[in-house]
Amino acid sequence: MADAKVIPFDDDRSRGGAQRPPRRRSGPRRPGDGAKARDVKAVPAAPGRPHGDAPGGADRAGAAPGAEPSVAEGARAPGAGAPGGSRAARRDTVPVQALPSEPRGGGGGWDRRIAGGLAFLRRRLTGEYDVDDFGYDAELTDQVLMSLLRPIYDNYFRVEVKGIENIPAEGGALIVANHSGTLPWDGLMMQVAVHDNHPHGRHLRLLAADLVFMLPVVNELARKAGHTLACAEDAGALLERGELVGVMPEGFKGIGKPFSERYKLQRFGRGGFVSTALRTGSPIVPCSIVGAEEIYPMIGNAKTLARVLGIPYFPLTPTFPWLGPLGVVPLPTKWTIQFGEAIPTDGYPPEAAEDPMLMFNLTDQVREQIQHTLYKLLVQRRSVFF
Amino acid sequence: MGKVVLVTGVARQLGGRFVRRIQRDPEVERVVAVDAVPPEHHLGGADFVQADIRQPTITKVLAEHGVDTVVHMDVTGAALAGGSRGSVKETNVIGTMQLLGACQKSPRVKRLVVKSSTNVYGSAPRDPAVFTETTPPKSLPSGGFAKDAVEVEGYVRGFARRRPDVAVCVLRFANILGPAADSPLAEYFSLPVLPTVFGYDPRLQFVHEDDAVDVLRLASHEPERGTLNSGTFNIAGAGLLLLSQCARRLGRPTLPVLLPAVTWVGAALRTLSVTDFSPEQIRLLTHGRVVATRQMRETLGFRPKYTTAEAFADFVRSRGPGLLPPAALAGAVDRIAALPLAGGGGKSGAGGGARRGADDSAHHSAN
Repeated sequence: MADAKVIPFDDDRSRGGAQRPPRRRSGPRRPGDGAKARDVKAVPAAPGRPHGDAPGGADRAGAAPGAEPSVAEGARAPGAGAPGGSRAARRDTVPVQALPSEPRGGGGGWDRRIAGGLAFLRRRLTGEYDVDDFGYDAELTDQVLMSLLRPIYDNYFRVEVKGIENIPAEGGALIVANHSGTLPWDGLMMQVAVHDNHPHGRHLRLLAADLVFMLPVVNELARKAGHTLACAEDAGALLERGELVGVMPEGFKGIGKPFSERYKLQRFGRGGFVSTALRTGSPIVPCSIVGAEEIYPMIGNAKTLARVLGIPYFPLTPTFPWLGPLGVVPLPTKWTIQFGEAIPTDGYPPEAAEDPMLMFNLTDQVREQIQHTLYKLLVQRRSVFF
Repeated sequence: MGKVVLVTGVARQLGGRFVRRIQRDPEVERVVAVDAVPPEHHLGGADFVQADIRQPTITKVLAEHGVDTVVHMDVTGAALAGGSRGSVKETNVIGTMQLLGACQKSPRVKRLVVKSSTNVYGSAPRDPAVFTETTPPKSLPSGGFAKDAVEVEGYVRGFARRRPDVAVCVLRFANILGPAADSPLAEYFSLPVLPTVFGYDPRLQFVHEDDAVDVLRLASHEPERGTLNSGTFNIAGAGLLLLSQCARRLGRPTLPVLLPAVTWVGAALRTLSVTDFSPEQIRLLTHGRVVATRQMRETLGFRPKYTTAEAFADFVRSRGPGLLPPAALAGAVDRIAALPLAGGGGKSGAGGGARRGADDSAHHSAN
């Protein structure tokens, strides 16, 4: 597919000034560096998951741009199972006491996994689990929802994550990403990316459109996965609690844009995310997602039908709605998620949140950083599907 | 000289408990209990005055007894036996207006406490996840008790403006639960099978009755040092429970019903007056509601003894086991865990396989 026409790079250089060249040079090298840094950090920081991150980091290093994709995939397959396994094992410390007679032999791993599964089931059936104020069910998310998404993340979209070290290890931070793909797979994949790659096992709390909370089933799962309504109150409350909040300020304009406008960032809402970040002093981490634009190439929009159904757009793709439910299957594109350098906001005076000029400037800064990273990643990409 | 406290709505369980409790406070000299119907429970040594607060007689009651503290608890969702929705609305709104008018006339009144409800926030998908006292509701409640509560609070604000010398405290209670609770939600949780809205799992918060009585007491006395007990406060136990969790802890199976059907069924049941499954009740059980309680803890200085989960557990203990007691389910899972797992590799995936097996056994134990 034609993704070579994208690049207004010379413009960038003239605008970006002295900052640009070093950043670009460090681009290809970054994954390896990131993996090394992660190996060093991960071992002392997360003793509970000894082989959860190290192999993951190693095989992601193998997936650096130079490597053969099939090799990278092969190396990743065992790694994909490992985090889930080690995580289940970690949770077993409590339930194992309930089964004192369990032998620890060669099948100990399986036994413990089954025991862990049963203990989990027991807690679910009796309702003895905790949910936070926003309805986030950490246990269900870790053990079920993430496990359901992980095969899609690992094997279908083969997501490559860069710059995970730009997400702070603790405290509130606002991750701002581009939004695309007709259905919000990009948000879910970003959530898995943070969950599986961050050395401190941080959870991303996504801000979702109100439509999500109007739909039955979807709203229930979204709340349990830790998503909440994209409004200043909720975002501020989450950031104050020191959570990692993910927002896609383009909203429906971004996710429902036609295929011809792919990778062109839309207007960033009214910049409300910046004032929320300023008010709580949380850093803003720009995030660029490449690959999501092509999963459902939206060639048309049945506006009348959308209005009748009360949804913001009704996508027409080469397969949807012509092939019925088959049309909902996304194309297996290869994804890259790059977290950029955090933009600190704690240096501003408290009244800065009320300063519209500063807000617009920061919004533009974030937006341009994401757009440039998108272009850069697109140049590096060899094909949409590999 | 001690205080003279007038309490409205004493024919209800909570009103009765509050009257009995506040008499034991040393600074209270006398309690005047007011309701339109005589209560079935005893009121300790309180003077019961049978008066309808919709009538101007309440002014006389205030003057005769020299009342200085008014606790207005007659803002309720459901009528006592035999009352219609219309009379409840009148008591809520006209009764409050009369009572406030009487308070304004009486120079001795120094303190007014109003029992309101978190219903005033409504419940909509476009609302923020956590309501603070200042959050404006996205969709104002269109009718029923919630609208009454909004109107009552409006009149109370007007009163506070006209009588700035009176300390006014509005307490917005989350759902009050406990062994003696007689609220619509308690009735709902007593159904053998809980109808739920398909595809929604609302977040619910509860306050225990004991905490409700305590916070009303706290609000009707002089503020303790470092705290302020005039203003509007959300009152709820810490934490929250999802409806699905509530059903599992109660041991009652749920019956998911599609949203349009729920509205019809609710309307039909209301017409037949089987239960009071009001529209705002359905909205609460669809979208849920959670309020922030920082003001309660930091400004009012009140720390509930029961969390939401503990209040619910106390309610569960008073209701007896349902069709699927959690203990039996846990036992079933334990029995499976105790089975000798020959060739553990045969069971694929601790999650899926084991879950299906346990679900089967849960059904067996239920039958």
